Amino acid sequence: MTDAFAVAWKEWRELLGQRGFGGKSGIVLFLAVFGIALPLQTGPSWITSPIVGIAWSWVPMFLVSTVIADAFAGERERHTLETLLATRLSDEAILFGKMVAAIGYAGAMTAGSLVLAEVAVNLVKSPSGIVFYQPATLLAMAVVGFLGAVFVAAIGVLISLRAATVRQAQQALGGTIIALLVLVVTGARLLPVEWKPNVAANAPTVWLFAIVGMGALVLLDIAVVALAMLRFKRDRLIAD
Amino acid sequence: MTPPAVRTANLSRMFGVVRALDDVTLEIPRGIIFGFLGPNGSGKTTMIRLLLGLLEPTTGTAEVLGCDTRSAAAAIRQQSGALLEHCGLYERLSAAENLDLYGRFWRIRAAERRARTKELLTLLELHDRCHEVVAGWSRGMKQQLAIARALFHRPSLVFLDEPTAGLDPVAAVALRDRLARLSESEGVTVFLTTHNLAEAERLCALAGVVRKGRLLAVGPPAQLAAARGETSVEIAGTGLTGPMLAMIRIHAAVQSARTDGRSLIVGLKDPAGVPQVIAALVGAGYQVESVRNTAGSLEDAFHSLLELQP
Repeated sequence: MTDAFAVAWKEWRELLGQRGFGGKSGIVLFLAVFGIALPLQTGPSWITSPIVGIAWSWVPMFLVSTVIADAFAGERERHTLETLLATRLSDEAILFGKMVAAIGYAGAMTAGSLVLAEVAVNLVKSPSGIVFYQPATLLAMAVVGFLGAVFVAAIGVLISLRAATVRQAQQALGGTIIALLVLVVTGARLLPVEWKPNVAANAPTVWLFAIVGMGALVLLDIAVVALAMLRFKRDRLIAD
Repeated sequence: MTPPAVRTANLSRMFGVVRALDDVTLEIPRGIIFGFLGPNGSGKTTMIRLLLGLLEPTTGTAEVLGCDTRSAAAAIRQQSGALLEHCGLYERLSAAENLDLYGRFWRIRAAERRARTKELLTLLELHDRCHEVVAGWSRGMKQQLAIARALFHRPSLVFLDEPTAGLDPVAAVALRDRLARLSESEGVTVFLTTHNLAEAERLCALAGVVRKGRLLAVGPPAQLAAARGETSVEIAGTGLTGPMLAMIRIHAAVQSARTDGRSLIVGLKDPAGVPQVIAALVGAGYQVESVRNTAGSLEDAFHSLLELQP
């Protein structure tokens, strides 16, 4: 893991060194909007509403998708990939380092926004004492957000491995995510009608669905990460 | 017995139908600078990629520092450093951060990384700019930093792929001098590819000439020059044409002939053949201004070798 974190350290340093909205200013802007402005505008419900959990579990995936396309396509475009591959680092260290960097970035930004919102709302907008996120909401956010982030990171790495440019990788990743979203929404709509009221009205069923869903996401993550590892071949990356 | 730095046997690599490296058998002892010479597209970069285990050979075998490139590529990369076709520096990072990063990759402790960064950047006279982002640096400075990066973890073997390519003559000479100093002080084996023959002649203890993937000759530069380039003359004049050059190349007394734009350089099978060659040239309309015997150089040997191959 030491090697993977060395790669991740490099990714973070590069991210912070980026100019414009991709770098520090983008981070500050994101935290200002999602950590201060929107929570203050919304008020305590930003913290207490269960919708927050659903909304925020998508944010890590979105944030990962903004940086992961650069993982290998960016190195290729900036002519640093071959030198990186010529180091002593193992395939796994390079691959996981890239994923750790993207997931860590998304996690830090999400956590940062949530903490800032908690502070901002309680300082300015809470009329009835201090409000906290619901533990169950936080847990669901963390688990689903993490699993989703791993999934998008692995898909992003897979695409970035073969893309000639960052732009191409971003376009392919965007298209893939939209296609997956359409698939999930269509799948949900195709659920038998008699299941739907049960899900809404029955808490144990909701938990069962959540657990089955998370289990499926774990399996999906394992499959996509394994595929990314299979596709990571130094020989092909150099020869392509 | 310590194995040589590099040992290859019938090493070949195909890209589709293109044979980038063709049946190369070579042995490079440790502790020297080896020059791998050849024109663009001759297979020099492919050779480095194969030796680093970044590409797999199509046929044949290669051992680097006693490790097989197919089965122990990770061990080879552990003990090697590389400056490849592109300098591969992270342009959003500073010079010190670039070196520090590679120290982290080789799991060097933080205090040692700082000391090594200072040592190398001081040696390269770049220390006062170590906190600058390298994006704004000149190509020469980047190449020097990339060499420092390749040597950072004190490897046993360093691959340098045309380190002076694209540099102006002053920067190239400075880099060459520093490279010689560094390789001596670090006691490292250097595998250097270049098409700059003066560079190879000055730096290398052993050189191999490659063309179209085939290794044409291996030996100390002086020996290659003596074997191939001892009987050459430089004929300055005006009015040289392509047919004239073709005629001279098939002359009985001529080993090889080429032009550097100003003069005609003719390698001779026999020094006594000079008058016949001059007479043939004058007869064909070439206006000879001067004729000068040139001492055998690696450049003559190189061109002679390339011309002998189909």
